[in-house]
Amino acid sequence: MSTEVNEIEELANREYKYGFVTDVETESAPKGLNEDIIRLISTKKEEPEWMLEWRLKAYRHWLKMTEPTWQNVNYPPIDYQDAIYYSAPKMKKVLNSLDEVDPEVLKTFEKLGIPLEEQKILSGVAVDAVFDSVSVATTFKAKLAEEGVIFCSMSDAIKEHPELVKQYIGSVVPYTDNFFAALNSAVFTDGSFVYIPKGVRCPMELSTYFRINAANTGQFERTLIIAEEGSYVSYLEGCTAPQRDENQLHAAIVELVTHDNAEIKYSTIQNWYAGDVNGVGGIYNFVTKRGLCKGINSKISWTQVETGSSITWKYPSCILQGDNSIGEFYSVAVTNNKQQADTGTKMIHLGKNTRSTIVSKGISAGRSNNSYRGLVKINKKASGARNFSQCDSLLIGDQCGAHTFPYLEVNNPTAIVEHEATTSKIGADQIFYLNQRGLATEDAVNMIVNGYCKEVFNVLPMEFAVEAQKLLSVSLEGSVG
Amino acid sequence: MLEIKNLRVAIEGKEILKGINLTVNKGEIHAIMGPNGSGKSTLAQVLAGRDEYEILEGEILFEGKNLIEMAPEVRAREGVFLAFQYPIEIPGVSNTNLLKNALNEIRKYRGLEPLDAMEFLTLVKSKMPIVEMRQELLSRSVNEAFSGGEKKKNEIFQMAVLEPKLAILDETDSGLDIDALRVVANGVNSIKTNDNAFIVVTHYQRLLDYIIPDFVHVLQNGKIIKSGTKELALELEEKGYDWLKEIEEELATK
Repeated sequence: MSTEVNEIEELANREYKYGFVTDVETESAPKGLNEDIIRLISTKKEEPEWMLEWRLKAYRHWLKMTEPTWQNVNYPPIDYQDAIYYSAPKMKKVLNSLDEVDPEVLKTFEKLGIPLEEQKILSGVAVDAVFDSVSVATTFKAKLAEEGVIFCSMSDAIKEHPELVKQYIGSVVPYTDNFFAALNSAVFTDGSFVYIPKGVRCPMELSTYFRINAANTGQFERTLIIAEEGSYVSYLEGCTAPQRDENQLHAAIVELVTHDNAEIKYSTIQNWYAGDVNGVGGIYNFVTKRGLCKGINSKISWTQVETGSSITWKYPSCILQGDNSIGEFYSVAVTNNKQQADTGTKMIHLGKNTRSTIVSKGISAGRSNNSYRGLVKINKKASGARNFSQCDSLLIGDQCGAHTFPYLEVNNPTAIVEHEATTSKIGADQIFYLNQRGLATEDAVNMIVNGYCKEVFNVLPMEFAVEAQKLLSVSLEGSVG
Repeated sequence: MLEIKNLRVAIEGKEILKGINLTVNKGEIHAIMGPNGSGKSTLAQVLAGRDEYEILEGEILFEGKNLIEMAPEVRAREGVFLAFQYPIEIPGVSNTNLLKNALNEIRKYRGLEPLDAMEFLTLVKSKMPIVEMRQELLSRSVNEAFSGGEKKKNEIFQMAVLEPKLAILDETDSGLDIDALRVVANGVNSIKTNDNAFIVVTHYQRLLDYIIPDFVHVLQNGKIIKSGTKELALELEEKGYDWLKEIEEELATK
């Protein structure tokens, strides 16, 4: 794919494009976190009793936990009582079409460049748009329903498909898993639910745009995707958020389950507000993403392009339980200014002949810190397991940091585990060479960076790859003097 | 087209070029010869705008415009092309991608519409025979895992596509076997017109058997100590660079 230099140039000259706040009448819970707030959330969402009980169990467990500090990031203590845990755009009635959606909300989507109306017609991508914590519009539902695919908000799934939710929620990421997972389980407000029935190849790429909007509202999304035997789905998650003066906590959970011969491809572009040049005001992105390759020959593939947030802390992981199952992790993580990222993956090989691939491309600029942290664990019974890891770091300037923390636990002698790591700098020679061919320095850097990320961009769906290239250039704006 | 007047250049405080005067008109090929360390490559790099060098004194005019004031990419867009002695690898960026972006930047600067993918491909195809460029090299990453000969051919190929007014070849012959040398030289000869000009920087005379220069300048110790026609290159080949010391001493005593 060719880099559209003109477009990048135009983008590079912009302030953070998505820094605006939509003026919609929002309905918010009071600040603070206690059992009453959790009951309020559950009531607002018209949830069944078991869901509330599960939330409360998670909350009580969370109270006993302490915030982790092992990650290679620094931030001031978070006051969990100073946040609002529920905020919903007020809606007078259930909406039947986009015409009924608050025009302000629709305008927000237009600014983001994803007008639903056009997307409906043009792109063939079904969009479950999460505006703050409530889904306001879901498209293509009919087409998906024909195939028996369920694609809806988590809130609707709890109401309409309680048996599925009850069976799978917390089955991959239990609320006891970690501090932020417990918090999310207690207070999650919405998210997406996908169910692909046996033998169905999902006819379109499913896409959700998350957006944090109401001031001081932490976003606790929860996504659950289930791929039954022999099914396939590609899921795209893209994020932007408005500019803020205070740090915002985002602690999402994504759970994926693939049964025999099923495949889930999960792609993320994360572009939340990273804070100003001094790191003030950005999003804290503490996310637990995990997939369970439950069936034989099943496959889960994570692809992520992380450019935003002031702090990113996430390890999309695969538990390779089914024999011959495959886990993949392709990542581009960019940090600039004072951004911090501690990201990577965990590949847990349980089944025989399981295979995993890790390709991580870190890019650090400004005074940022970028850490890759990855675990490859080969269980005793995982004979014939194979892993290949490649962790590359690219430095721009001399005030940034790149760190690699690979962890290997190999408990089966037949396993083959390979690890390659490189660290490089964008060379003055490379920039001069491209200058000499007519490219301005900023375009030269974009071209070099895009080339460096090519292996990851190649596995992204086409429209995401284009967006990813634009995001990278915006993220690295001004990083080369 | 190009006028260099009393150019003095230093790097890290050390003076490398000590007063170069050179005029290149369109339609001309100038060869610059000299021993290692005489300042040949420095001159090539300074013309292209490498910023490690400090211009102590002098002027470089390109079509009447002050070249020293221009950023390297502006010089490129004005029509100055440097074929690198050591072409740089850009992993993950295809040759085609680089060329398309470069060409369209140059076109934009000149007020021309950018070429679309089809037009660009047609242009590229038409230029491939010039250096017997293999199709496969177009989609490969720029210079990555190219042989020495392929890198040099690629430089000339880029030159053919970008159609500069002034092309500077910095030791393009180094590391080439005779067949590759012939291909590269033929490429240059077919790009040559009455409207463009070449500065061919070389250590050896053999390239000049294939690219016939109109003028030969001998660079020694940061100065052009002798200029002449192509016969000077042959004389230099015959007498060796030691001969230059004599000339230099002679000049010094004058």
